[in-house]
Amino acid sequence: MMKWIVAGMMIISAMFAAINGRMGELSTALLEECGGAVQLALTLTGMICLWSGIMRVAQSSGLTEKLAKISAPILSLLFRGLKKSGKAMQYITLNITANILGLGNASTPFGIAAMREIENEENSPRHDIASDNMIMLTVLNTASLQLVPTTAAALRLRYGSEAPMEILPAVWITSVCALAAAVAAVKICGRISRRKRL
Amino acid sequence: MSFSDIIIPVIFAGVMIYALCMKTDVFSEFTAGVKEGLHTIYDIFPSLFCLVVTVAAFRTSGGAELITTLISPLLDLLGFPYECGNLMILRPFSGSGAIAIYENILKTSGPDSYAGSVASVLLGSSETTFYTLSVYFAAVKAKKTRYALFAALIGDFVCAVVSAVSVRLLLI
Repeated sequence: MMKWIVAGMMIISAMFAAINGRMGELSTALLEECGGAVQLALTLTGMICLWSGIMRVAQSSGLTEKLAKISAPILSLLFRGLKKSGKAMQYITLNITANILGLGNASTPFGIAAMREIENEENSPRHDIASDNMIMLTVLNTASLQLVPTTAAALRLRYGSEAPMEILPAVWITSVCALAAAVAAVKICGRISRRKRL
Repeated sequence: MSFSDIIIPVIFAGVMIYALCMKTDVFSEFTAGVKEGLHTIYDIFPSLFCLVVTVAAFRTSGGAELITTLISPLLDLLGFPYECGNLMILRPFSGSGAIAIYENILKTSGPDSYAGSVASVLLGSSETTFYTLSVYFAAVKAKKTRYALFAALIGDFVCAVVSAVSVRLLLI
């Protein structure tokens, strides 16, 4: 998948830049953005290290196992065949909780740890193929679970909105619809691909 | 002081108190976690780097504007404001890019206008899809991601359509 996205975007960018007469800007952006990518990775390194540390403490003290037990009834509807309070389920719980609370920096490290634990638990012989559970977790993270859209609300306030939080009900409806559509797509595609294999 | 200002310190202190009560070796577990974190970034950095550079190229090429112009008849049909087209195209690729466009919409159309409201709802109910896909699958080195992209884009499409519908029903 990634090879198509990366190659496609590079080619399309060059084409569009030629059409729009922005070749100069494009080549500057390419050379400057490598530094930007490293900077982003450094910021992300700090965040990942911090949350991985806290996560590890919470995990070895048994706290995450307790949380996973609470969320297992709901999450086992989405994720098939994972141990009820195994490590994978624990990290999935943390990932989803962080998303709902809007802790974007924490949800990425939790999500990555969850992906790895799903891989360990399923122990599929084909490591290069994403499993149904991995796809479910990733697609959940491409949709928004955040209860309060703090970034949008803060910017609305700054640009003089009379009611920055008035968007809340619309955001909830939209998020739920998008999430339901994405989850349904995952479930249906998963079922089709299982049937093909049988 | 906002909710998110309170929640992080509370989580940190709470985890520490619980771990001490359970007689966990807090310091060595924390440092072991940090070490795992470094491995994680080492694994995902190459994909992340690739994506950041290509997204920057896409942004500066003016591709988003061109695509918006191309699909503007479709946007009209869905009642989706033209100003938000760029936002819809760029949102899955770039978080900071989407916020820049969003601020521009707020500045020119006003936060409580139709376009401003739709942009707010769209931004508030979506995530940076391609970033998530590349980082999560890089972490498990999965090359064949099967239907993941398709399902994620269905979610993004529904998000765009419903954001316009819900604003018309609830806000205007």
